[in-house]
Amino acid sequence: MIELREVSHAYTTKAGPLPVLDNLSLQIPENSFCAVVGPSGCGKSTLTRLVSGLMRPDEGQVWLHSELVSSPRPTVGMAFQNPVLLEWRTILQNVLLPLEIVRSPMSKAEATQRAHHLLDLVGLTGFADKRPSELSGGMRQRASLCRSIIHKPDVLILDEPFGALDAFTREDLWCTMHDLRAEEPFTCLLITHDLRESVFLSDQVIVLSGRPAHAQYVLEVDIPGKRTLEDLYTPKAVEMLAELRRQIQLAQGRTAPEPAANPAPAAAPVRGPIPGAMG
Amino acid sequence: MSDGLRKFLAPTVFIIGIIALWEWAVWYNDLPDFRMASPSDLIPRFVQFWDLFLIKSWETLWRTVVGLGLAVVVGTLIGMIMGFSRFAREGLYPILVGFNAIPKATVVPIVALIFVGQHDFNTVLIAFMISFFPIAVSVSIGLSTLEPEYRDILRSLGASNFTIFWKIALPKTLPEFFGALKVAVTLAFIGTNLMEIVSPHGRGLGDLFDSGRISGDYPLMFAVLLALAALGILLFYVVVALERIFAGWAERPQ
Repeated sequence: MIELREVSHAYTTKAGPLPVLDNLSLQIPENSFCAVVGPSGCGKSTLTRLVSGLMRPDEGQVWLHSELVSSPRPTVGMAFQNPVLLEWRTILQNVLLPLEIVRSPMSKAEATQRAHHLLDLVGLTGFADKRPSELSGGMRQRASLCRSIIHKPDVLILDEPFGALDAFTREDLWCTMHDLRAEEPFTCLLITHDLRESVFLSDQVIVLSGRPAHAQYVLEVDIPGKRTLEDLYTPKAVEMLAELRRQIQLAQGRTAPEPAANPAPAAAPVRGPIPGAMG
Repeated sequence: MSDGLRKFLAPTVFIIGIIALWEWAVWYNDLPDFRMASPSDLIPRFVQFWDLFLIKSWETLWRTVVGLGLAVVVGTLIGMIMGFSRFAREGLYPILVGFNAIPKATVVPIVALIFVGQHDFNTVLIAFMISFFPIAVSVSIGLSTLEPEYRDILRSLGASNFTIFWKIALPKTLPEFFGALKVAVTLAFIGTNLMEIVSPHGRGLGDLFDSGRISGDYPLMFAVLLALAALGILLFYVVVALERIFAGWAERPQ
C-alpha cells in the first residue's frame, strides 16, 4: 500500500520557488498497479523520487505499508527510461547488482538461479554472459526490469521505462510486465505518457493536473482476467482512453488558460502550450 | 592480413620508412654531423656507450614512473574532490589552470634551489608537477558528469556514497582516466628530462645528453633523443595494456 497525504513540493530555481506538487493525495492498494499520467513537466518524476525516498516532500507525508517514508528503503525496486546498465558488467552481474547492496535471505546460488529465471521470463535466455553493449535498447530495458525486481521488492517504481522503445517492443514489454506480475505480486507505480499503456497495464490510472500538480482524475480500469492487447480495442477500453484524453487536455489547459478544453472527442484536440519540461 | 601481423608490421614499416627518409635527407643535403646527425652515425654511439645507455635509461625510467605514480594518486584525489564538490571544483579550477600554464622549465631552477642536492626528489617532483593536471581534470569531469540515474539505482536501495563511488563512479570513470594517463605518460618524461638537462647532476638520459652537448658529440645527443622516444613508447604501451585489462569493456566490438 502506497499512500500520499496532501503532499506539496517545490524546487528552488533562480526565478524563485517552483511548486511542482500541490496538495497531492493518492492511494495505491497493496499489490495493485497504478499508472500516473499527466502533462509533461507536471511533477511525475518528482513523485517517483518521493515514493522511493530519494527526496522528502516539503509538506505532507508519504507512507509505505503504514510506515512513513523518510529515506530510501531496500524493499523498493526502480527502473527508468534509461536502462542504466553498467557497461563493465555482464547482464547477469547487472541483474544481481541490487543484491550486493540489499541484505537478502537468498544464497548466491539461489540468487543466480533467480536471475536466470527472470531473464528467461523476459525473453533474454542465453544473454546472461553478454555485455550491455551487445544488446539492443529493448533487450537492455528487459534486463533493467529484471534488475529492478531481483531482490523481491514489494514496491516497484517505473519511471517511463518503455518511453524510448519502438511501438512493437513496447507492446511486447507490456505483456512481459503482466507475466512478471503473475509470477510474484508487487505494488507498482508506473509513470507514463502513453495512455494505452496506462490502461493496459494498470488497475487504476491517475491523471495529474498541470504544474503544480494534484490528482485531477482517477480511472478504475476494470478489465477482468488475463489481458491481451485486443482488450484495448473493445468499446469499453476506447471509452476509457477517450476520457483519459479529455482529462489530459483539461490538465494542459490549467496552466495556460486557452479556450476551455473541448469536450467533443472527435474535434481537433485543444492544446495549451506545454510549460517548461521538468521531468 | 591477420590482426597480429598487421599490428607488428604497420609500425615497423613506418619506423623504417622514417629512418630511411632521415638518412636520405642528411645525405642529400650533405649536412655535417654538427648540424644534423644521420641514423647511421648513431649506431656507433649506441655500440660504444651501450652500458651507459642502459644505466641512464633505467635512472630516467624509474624516476618518471615514480613521478607518474604520484601524479596518479594526487591527480585522482584532486579529481575526486573536484568531481564531488561543486564548491571545490569552482575554487580549484582557476588555480589548477594557472599552475599548469606556468612553463615547468622556469620551475626547475626554483625547485633545484629549494631542495638543493635532492636530485632524485627534484626530478620526481617535476615529473609529477607536469603530469598530474590531465588526470585531475579527467577524473573530475568523469565524476561530475555521472548521470543521476546511475546514482539513483543504488541510492534508492539505501547504498552509501562510498558504495556508489566504488561500484559505479570509479569504474565508469576508468576510460577517461586511462585517456588522461596516456597523455600524462609522455608529459612525465618531459618533466624528468627537463630536470636532468636544465639542472644536470650526473644522472639519467638528460645527463648523457648534456655530456654530448658539452663534448660537441652531436650524434650522441641524437642517440639520447632516440632512446627517450623508445622509453616513451615502452611506457605508453604499458598503460595501453593496463587499460585493456581494467577498462577493456569500453572498447566496442568492431
